[in-house]
Amino acid sequence: MLKYILKRLGVAIPTMLILIVFSFVLMRLAPGGPFSSERPLPPQVLANVNAKFGLDQPWHIQLWEYMVGILTRFDFGPSFAYTDRSVNDIIAQGFPVTFTYGTWSFILAVLVGCTLGIAAAVRHNSWLDYFAVGTSIGAQVLPNFVMAPILVIVFTLWLGWLPGGGWRGGQWPYVIMPVIALGTSYMASIARITRSSMLEVLGSNFIRTARAKGMPPIRIIVRHALKPALMPLLSYLGPAFVGMVTGSVVIDVYFSTGGIGQLFTNSAFNRDYSVIMGITILLGALTITFNLLVDILYAWIDPRIRY
Amino acid sequence: MTRTTKLLAALAATTCLVAPAMAANVPDGATLADDQSFTYRILDEFTSPDPQIVEDVSGSEIVRDLFEGLINQDADGNPVPGVATEWSSNEDFTEWTFTLRDNAVWSDGEPVTAHDFVYAWKRLVDPATASPYAWFGELMSLDNASAIIAGEAEVDDLGVEAVDDHTLVARLSAPLPHFYMMMSHASTFPAPQWVIEEHGDQWTRPGNIVTNGAYILTEHVPQERSVREKSETYWDAENTVIETVTALVINDENQALTRFMAGELDRTEVPIGQFPRLEEEYPDTAISIPTLCTYYYNFNLRDNGPEATHDERVRQALSYAIDRDVIVNQVLQAGQTPAYVFAPVGMANMDTPNVEYENWTQAERDARAVELLAEAGYGPDGESLQLGILYNTSDAHRQLATVVGQMWEQKLGVQTTLENMEWNTFLDSRENGDFDVSRGGWCADYNDPSTFLDLFQTTSGYNDAKYSNTDVDAMLNEAKGLEDAADINRQIEEIVAVEMPIIPVYHYANAYMLNPQIQDWPVNNLEANWYSKDLYKIAE
Amino acid sequence: MVLRPIRVQAAADPVDVDDANYEVGTRSRSLWADAARRFFRHAPSVVSLVALLLVGLFAFTGHFFAAWTNAQVDWSVLGQVRLKGMPSFETGHYFGTDDLGRDLYARTVQGSQVSLTVGLVGAGIAVVVGTLYGAIAGYFGGRVDSIMMRLVDILLSIPYMFVLILLLVVFGRSMTMLFVGIGLISWLDMSRIVRGQTLSLKEKEFVEAARAGGAGHLTIILRHIIPNLLGIVVVYATLLVPQMILTESFISFLGLGVQEPLTSWGALISQGAGTVMYGTLWQLLFPLFFFIVTLFSFYFVGDGLRDALDPRDR
Repeated sequence: MLKYILKRLGVAIPTMLILIVFSFVLMRLAPGGPFSSERPLPPQVLANVNAKFGLDQPWHIQLWEYMVGILTRFDFGPSFAYTDRSVNDIIAQGFPVTFTYGTWSFILAVLVGCTLGIAAAVRHNSWLDYFAVGTSIGAQVLPNFVMAPILVIVFTLWLGWLPGGGWRGGQWPYVIMPVIALGTSYMASIARITRSSMLEVLGSNFIRTARAKGMPPIRIIVRHALKPALMPLLSYLGPAFVGMVTGSVVIDVYFSTGGIGQLFTNSAFNRDYSVIMGITILLGALTITFNLLVDILYAWIDPRIRY
Repeated sequence: MTRTTKLLAALAATTCLVAPAMAANVPDGATLADDQSFTYRILDEFTSPDPQIVEDVSGSEIVRDLFEGLINQDADGNPVPGVATEWSSNEDFTEWTFTLRDNAVWSDGEPVTAHDFVYAWKRLVDPATASPYAWFGELMSLDNASAIIAGEAEVDDLGVEAVDDHTLVARLSAPLPHFYMMMSHASTFPAPQWVIEEHGDQWTRPGNIVTNGAYILTEHVPQERSVREKSETYWDAENTVIETVTALVINDENQALTRFMAGELDRTEVPIGQFPRLEEEYPDTAISIPTLCTYYYNFNLRDNGPEATHDERVRQALSYAIDRDVIVNQVLQAGQTPAYVFAPVGMANMDTPNVEYENWTQAERDARAVELLAEAGYGPDGESLQLGILYNTSDAHRQLATVVGQMWEQKLGVQTTLENMEWNTFLDSRENGDFDVSRGGWCADYNDPSTFLDLFQTTSGYNDAKYSNTDVDAMLNEAKGLEDAADINRQIEEIVAVEMPIIPVYHYANAYMLNPQIQDWPVNNLEANWYSKDLYKIAE
Repeated sequence: MVLRPIRVQAAADPVDVDDANYEVGTRSRSLWADAARRFFRHAPSVVSLVALLLVGLFAFTGHFFAAWTNAQVDWSVLGQVRLKGMPSFETGHYFGTDDLGRDLYARTVQGSQVSLTVGLVGAGIAVVVGTLYGAIAGYFGGRVDSIMMRLVDILLSIPYMFVLILLLVVFGRSMTMLFVGIGLISWLDMSRIVRGQTLSLKEKEFVEAARAGGAGHLTIILRHIIPNLLGIVVVYATLLVPQMILTESFISFLGLGVQEPLTSWGALISQGAGTVMYGTLWQLLFPLFFFIVTLFSFYFVGDGLRDALDPRDR
């Protein structure tokens, strides 16, 4: 087991390196630069600005300096769009926001999704099943850029219950709509996965045996069916958690939460190289970590899995 | 840009301009609201609250509240005293002297002195600061500014000096009759040296920041909100009514409008096409303010540009075929005006010509366009013409390009393709001449037509069409030395209206939803400069 | 991101390959016939299949009935879309017009073409690349397998949506780039599933028989392994199509989708969603209707196929 973890970590390091180099090169290939604007800067001014941020150096030197900065000082450099702030500052401000609403979305999605999925499977082919399947597919296919404005119109404009956007340090009225808008589609996926694997387990021989022995249905589900039924879900949850925690651009755009999803797209459009790199690295590290965690969890729950 | 009217020049040269300073001007009968707060939407996070770093419009609005420069603007855009109470220049406008008020203090209690301005101006051009707005120092023509930016002179050689604590002298390398008008630009605002030296880049954080304006930054959550509160140390604090100003970052304008309707905002922009409906439903709230900006399309006159548009007749035809009234009245619908010349009508020092095609009916223009195109050998009986229209991602640009493309297709049989690119890629393609026709927008840096007409100079960095006419170049140079260049400006516009290197489409207007409780919004300030300290909020 | 298509549960139900099979051809025919019977007994799947066919018909023949083209501006409507641009047979705007007075019917037809193409081509890339890659890795096993699968692991740890945004920003927006970007990642899960299946398939007698008969590796993979994987591949591909369409809609939302005057469901919906409050609700509802019907149907068909291809009766 330990050997396996070490081996996976061994792969993680080159993966991160590839990711860093890949996005670094990709970014520099993009037309324009961080200081392009409607009225181009006079060459001398541009040269001064480039010199200040080391953009006048050859690429490989820039990349080297960048890596050295990260490894020795954990310094991801200054932002080019907001020149008096560092990438560390910017991420430290944006990431907790996305992490908070992402985690709540995750909890909501798992609780509601699993309940719905199990209920649908247990009452297979009943109205409950059809309802659950219908709503979960419906929730999955309704794009959240449609849902978000409708939520605001209903809860802010018509009912006046919730503020239409902002974050205010994560006070609960500001968190509710982002969580709903983000969690719904994941909730739907989770419900569908749970339902189908639960159906599978319920149809298997050992459950049939348990039933034949006259075990009460609730006990069968809780004691025997639940664990194997949730196994396939586990491998979905790793990427899903990362997806939710890193936030959705749509949520940040519509609810002005100031999370890193919006930050990333803005930086890509502004060619704010260092912020893009910082966020890409953060997300890459998170993805790798959670994939690894899921695999370890998998092995821990089901010891039959070989490595 | 080195021009002004004789009257202004005479005034500036001989006497000091003294006008009452601006402040919120609450009439006696008005009942003020208990809650004197103002909340408005900004599209994106602003660049910085640092006067020498800031480069965007919403950032400048915030900096104008936090810091006070030598000169402010009143509701009509006229200069009024800020930190300076009096100003004057020598005969040939190359040396300017400002007298500073003695009651201005920073929010930490230090007095505001001429040294703070000297420090700020040097900081602006210092290569170590690497301000993207360092070019403003060059525009001000301060002695040695260009050399300092280029690293060829010491920062201390800059043509600015504090004679004593309350007297600032600026020495220019060229005569600038309207130099004092530039003092309301954020880049020229003072900076507190001791604070910057103590905190470095962190000096603009709430808690660290020290300001001399009517407000102080108390909260700043990037990408979300920034709050500025009334500064009690401001010299005119007793006449400042608005207590709290909040700027909320809301990317989506439709979302912002919904939140305005829900009462969360006092001001937001009106999305394209929605103004007539909103004006009808909320006549006190929907306002449209003309601004000194022009929307236009560039032709590509480089050698690699399409051959057809090197022909003047084709350019004229394409320009004539655009029905500007349809664009203004049916697409934008928010108080914009059709443009037939480049510099907006109503600018100072401008004798706007009545160009020929402006007087024709659209039917006449269309007929003439078909003729011209046929003469040039294109159209139904000639070669087929294909043009790409380049624009950057935005709802408004998309709508404009679609409509213009359709006008060309339906009237002239020109095949158009729309080329939508995200911002940076767009800029890159436009600068490198990788387009057939590209959209452009230009706003005045100051209220003088030269800020527009300079784009037609062969060597201008902003001349995206790469238009070149030696006569126009000569006239532009000649105009710089003139005190009254209105006549020459008119002639330039007349040449351009014939040679048509660009197609002027419309002059901008900003359409807002503004809470009717907010009073004294400077609707007549063509540069759209507003100061929270001049506003007040009445009770409902 | 919402859009990473992970659907591992498909992997959990391998197509039950009957141990007592001798000849691939006849056996699979009976499997497919069985499956078809089961599929057509399931009403929701059949209804969905019909709905999909209708949407397809709409997308690829709808323009014959359009009174306007997708780019034409109706000048009499422009500027008064709220009052004059509503759906009407009189004006020929069956679905009303968009914010520029362009016919929404023609635009929905054309947008459907783009979205369906993106969905089908995206899923197609995933099927071809993923199946081959997974089958090769699984068939050869050992070092080849571990290297190939390590690569998949690495690619899976890349924050996909963000890289797609970067790609579109860097190389400019175009259909090709969209396919490359989507295709780049969509095959990963497919290859994992196929590999898992191949691992068990290659131990079967018929593969050994083919090998003993002197068939080359490639022949075995193409003629014997892949045909036996088709069931699961089809199921998974059906579920991939809606994912692709969703991805495209998100890309359009960001303004990185297809070029005007072309459009897609995503572009139409995000424009319509922006103006829900402005009295032009049809701009959202018509494209959203086709979008939802299609996605719904693909999911139902996918579920139906999975149930049909899995002989265990549920």
